[in-house]
Amino acid sequence: MRLELKHIHKHFGAVHANDDISIAVESGTIHGLLGENGAGKSTLMKILSGFIHRDAGEILLDGRAVAFKNPAEAIRAGVGMLHQDPLDFPPLTVLDNFLFGREDGFMQNRAGALADLQRFSRQFGFDLDPDALVSSLTVGERQQLEIMRLLSLGAKILIFDEPTTGISLPQKIKLFETLRLLAKQGMTIIFVTHKLQDAEDLCGKVTVLRLGKMTGQVTHPFTADQLVRLMFGQSLETRARASVALGEPILELRDICVADYRLRVPEINLQVRAGQVIGLAGIEGSGQRLLLRACAGLDQPVAGDIWISGARMNRQPYRDFLERGVAYLPAGRLEEGLVPGLNLTEHFILARRSREFFIDWRAAQDAAQSRIGEYSIRGVPASRVEALSGGNQQRALLALLQPNLNLILLEHPTRGLDIESTMWVWSQLLARRQRGAAIVFASADLDEIFEYSDRILVFSGGRVARALNAQETSVQQLGELIGGKGL
Amino acid sequence: MDTNFVILTFASILAESAPLVFAVIGETLGEKSGVTNLSLDGTILLSAMIGFAVAFTTNNLYLAFLAAMLVGALVASIVAFSSIVLKLDQIAVGFVLTLLCGDLSTFFGNPFVRKPGPAVPHFAIPGLAEIPVVGKIFFDQNIVVYLSVLLIFAAWWWIYKTRPGLKLQGIGERPAAAFARGVNVNAQRFIYTLIGGALVGFGGATYSLFVKLGWSYHHTYGIGWIALAIVIFGGWHPIRGALGAYIFGGLQSVSSFAQSAFTDVPTQVFQTAPFALMIIALLFVSNEALDRFFSGSPVSRKIWNSLRGTPPGALSTVFEQE
Amino acid sequence: MSEITQKPVFSKKTGFSADLLWTMGPIILALLLTTLALVAIGADPLKAYTTLWNGAFGSPEKLGSVIDAWVPLVFCSVGLLVTFTAGLWNIGIEGQIVMGAIGAAWVARTFDLPAEILIALMFIGGALGGAAWALLAGALKVYGRVHEIFGGLGLNFVAMGVTLYLIIGPWKRAGIASTSGTEPFRPAAWLLNFPGLTVGPVEIILAIISLALIYFALRGTLWGLQLKAIGKNARSAFWLGIPTSRHMLGAFAVCGVFAGLAGAEQASGVWARLIPAISGGYGYLAILVVLLSGFRAPLVPFVAFFFAAVSKGSISLPLDLQVDSALGGVLQGVVVLLFVLSQGVRAKWTQTLSS
Repeated sequence: MRLELKHIHKHFGAVHANDDISIAVESGTIHGLLGENGAGKSTLMKILSGFIHRDAGEILLDGRAVAFKNPAEAIRAGVGMLHQDPLDFPPLTVLDNFLFGREDGFMQNRAGALADLQRFSRQFGFDLDPDALVSSLTVGERQQLEIMRLLSLGAKILIFDEPTTGISLPQKIKLFETLRLLAKQGMTIIFVTHKLQDAEDLCGKVTVLRLGKMTGQVTHPFTADQLVRLMFGQSLETRARASVALGEPILELRDICVADYRLRVPEINLQVRAGQVIGLAGIEGSGQRLLLRACAGLDQPVAGDIWISGARMNRQPYRDFLERGVAYLPAGRLEEGLVPGLNLTEHFILARRSREFFIDWRAAQDAAQSRIGEYSIRGVPASRVEALSGGNQQRALLALLQPNLNLILLEHPTRGLDIESTMWVWSQLLARRQRGAAIVFASADLDEIFEYSDRILVFSGGRVARALNAQETSVQQLGELIGGKGL
Repeated sequence: MDTNFVILTFASILAESAPLVFAVIGETLGEKSGVTNLSLDGTILLSAMIGFAVAFTTNNLYLAFLAAMLVGALVASIVAFSSIVLKLDQIAVGFVLTLLCGDLSTFFGNPFVRKPGPAVPHFAIPGLAEIPVVGKIFFDQNIVVYLSVLLIFAAWWWIYKTRPGLKLQGIGERPAAAFARGVNVNAQRFIYTLIGGALVGFGGATYSLFVKLGWSYHHTYGIGWIALAIVIFGGWHPIRGALGAYIFGGLQSVSSFAQSAFTDVPTQVFQTAPFALMIIALLFVSNEALDRFFSGSPVSRKIWNSLRGTPPGALSTVFEQE
Repeated sequence: MSEITQKPVFSKKTGFSADLLWTMGPIILALLLTTLALVAIGADPLKAYTTLWNGAFGSPEKLGSVIDAWVPLVFCSVGLLVTFTAGLWNIGIEGQIVMGAIGAAWVARTFDLPAEILIALMFIGGALGGAAWALLAGALKVYGRVHEIFGGLGLNFVAMGVTLYLIIGPWKRAGIASTSGTEPFRPAAWLLNFPGLTVGPVEIILAIISLALIYFALRGTLWGLQLKAIGKNARSAFWLGIPTSRHMLGAFAVCGVFAGLAGAEQASGVWARLIPAISGGYGYLAILVVLLSGFRAPLVPFVAFFFAAVSKGSISLPLDLQVDSALGGVLQGVVVLLFVLSQGVRAKWTQTLSS
């Protein structure tokens, strides 16, 4: 099915998320949609798949104009979307998920669905237990289930939104194989990504978006440098790393084991010295968050010892960790960091060390104003945090940290931020390092891991590899470790 | 204790738990769709009163049950409207409705206090009622009791065996995903909340027209709160919820034996026993220590999780299309 | 189901007249609906409202009885402001009033002291009783993960059982065991009342001081701000270093103290003994008061007065008109329900206007 998007516009308040985007995709091809976070890729694809409505423009399928009121209409017309976080039902079984949305009779036609599922599984070489709960599957397997479900509903155009973010290397190879097979069968594939390598490997044609606008379209063969220039407006160069004299050991993990109800990661050993940056790499949910929270005193490790600045911290309350200059920046900014409904002034009062009982609102407001300037937060002291953009929320979180920290733990420090905020966040962190803080961060972005880490800890399949020296590790090596090879 | 006595006890537990079963199943359906109707205690009072009043004035039991169901659905529609359309706090609205419906039942029920009125007639199913033991317990009751038992299995069948039931699970677990699959989430939530309310209303009428005949001030004595707790105790599963209702009924008949044993303790004290029991039951299903104890091995964890059940993922949350 | 929407009633942006409209609208509509209810049962609405009015304001004694209800309503509302700020639904407040009354009664029965000291001790006993019962609900929530609605509600019934047991059992009147109440306290335990009324200066002043104290504590102290943060997002509050469990328990305890004061005041000032219905339903009613005040302390005394007047005024209804006194409760419930709904309608309306 041939797809044409013509002059698509979409506004969110003052933001022009899609500004005159036109794309044409032939059937049997894989079309890349490349851009940074916030470039407008997801918006465009949600318009195409019926989740949101365009302000202006046209969508043509095989030359016929269509307008979808909702995703169900889109899928009936043959357009299906796989979301970055697969939009499925984790508490239900694979077969239930596959059934859901098929309209054939009042009773659940389990036998028919099972036959379909097995047929598709054979076709693509997938191996899913129909009775397994989706919550027990990996992201890669959930993608496979979604692909089969959309195909069974008659999808001819498949949109993949950042499908390689949370999956292992073998699963990625399998996914690419599947995508090529689908294209060969005549499907129209749109592949949304912010990763150059993926676009290069897979796509015959790539459209690049930047800040809501189309900056260009390239056809195979193209070079990575070309794409970079379209994505960022200039080519990026890795800055030389400032060398920092390492200080005392700040954090020491001895045979730590962290676990939650579904995962158990044993025998983590690590020593972090002042001025060091440790990157935690691996598929999301492989235990990085558990380790960070254990180091922050928010969760208890199941076994092993945590030492911070020479003191054994096992079973100590969170407050003692705070006292020792440990800070943790969670990924869920509004869920487990900031308090929606409170303004910036109130946040700064709550975060400050002094515990004066009575609040001097005027002084607090002045202090907030200067902090806002210092951290270049776009807002005023009375701004409620939920009204700030993601980048400004992250700035606010950083502004809440105490001035003298020994250990900063971060989870996806730059997720969802634009380039400028990303650079700013890291400049702040590196300045902290200069002042003697040790940094441990988890990221799904390998470039970030490589650029900033001194040493890298790879999490994969319930295990942790020995810490790697970032300078001596290649992308290939790291990719294999994340994928579970050579661990 | 002879066998006959035991059989009669079981039969009476089955009968007297009927209102609770209706309420528990109704609330389970609503909560499975993602809407908490906290007004249960008020709804039951009001529908019990209306049911009795209609039966008293018209002498028509069908009309009485119908009116009670309408009242239940009406109250539920306020809950549904305020939570789905207005996105208000479900606890606030539910609690205010609980008090309001209670007062309404007292206000309008005043002329009917302690009046003798009609009751649901006994109806033994010919043939089946003669089966030893089982017949006496299950088939020598009345139509309302049969309906309550049927409802348990009907609800189970609907939720887990039919296509609309699968949708019901979906809208409560992850409404965005259900929407992506073509389900009109908010319309469905509205419908299930209304149906749930109607069932609760039916339970109310069952109370005043069968289990505790007639009408008096705060006639149903907090049973709505018990029903809400049993929905949690039953892990949002109709059969386990019904089981919870029967266990509760059983414990109540035990306590009525205790009552006759300790005659110097006033009956009012015994009336509060169910609520202490409610706290203990909730403590049991939500206890962290038990959680940790059972998570030790995969097998025990699985058994524990299936025993306890988890709330629908999107319970009491608002669904908004982007 | 723990998030509480605490939207301010009066926003500065839209102006006073719009606010007045959105507040008066529900009240007028509620009056209309109760009028309909009266017509439905064949009563004369005008007569009913006149009776209600006279029942509340017809004589100094009646006004006194309104204030008599106002005092516990204010005490309980003050406590609930604290728990609501922390995002907690302290439905167990009824039981906390009862336990406060029991605490006061125990002091009155146990100690033979001069009036001033005895009454002060009774209030302390009441506060402790209420706080202890509230802490139990708090512990069930914080350590047992039982939602405070179920924990509190269950404890209300249990408190009821305890009172009945005491009245019929250990504290029964000499010779006869009846549910009408215990033997009256010795006169030293009677709170000083205005002549001919069941209300006196001490409890009125105490209620006003309590309200002012909590108003300033919630606004101007770190404690108040920390509670607010917990109420809006407990996880983030904990991340910020606020001891959330301790603060939640503290909020329960503070609310219990005020509920206990209400109970002690009822036992000492109004009944001079312990009776089964000692809470008078003021706890539940106070939840409605706070909801209708939009969680704003300055509005609480006025809303509480309105509720007290309706409650006391409706008592004369059955005597004069054979209309059930529950009419008062119906009116109160409908007003609050419509007010809460109108808040939602208003939010939706302004949202549609702005987009």
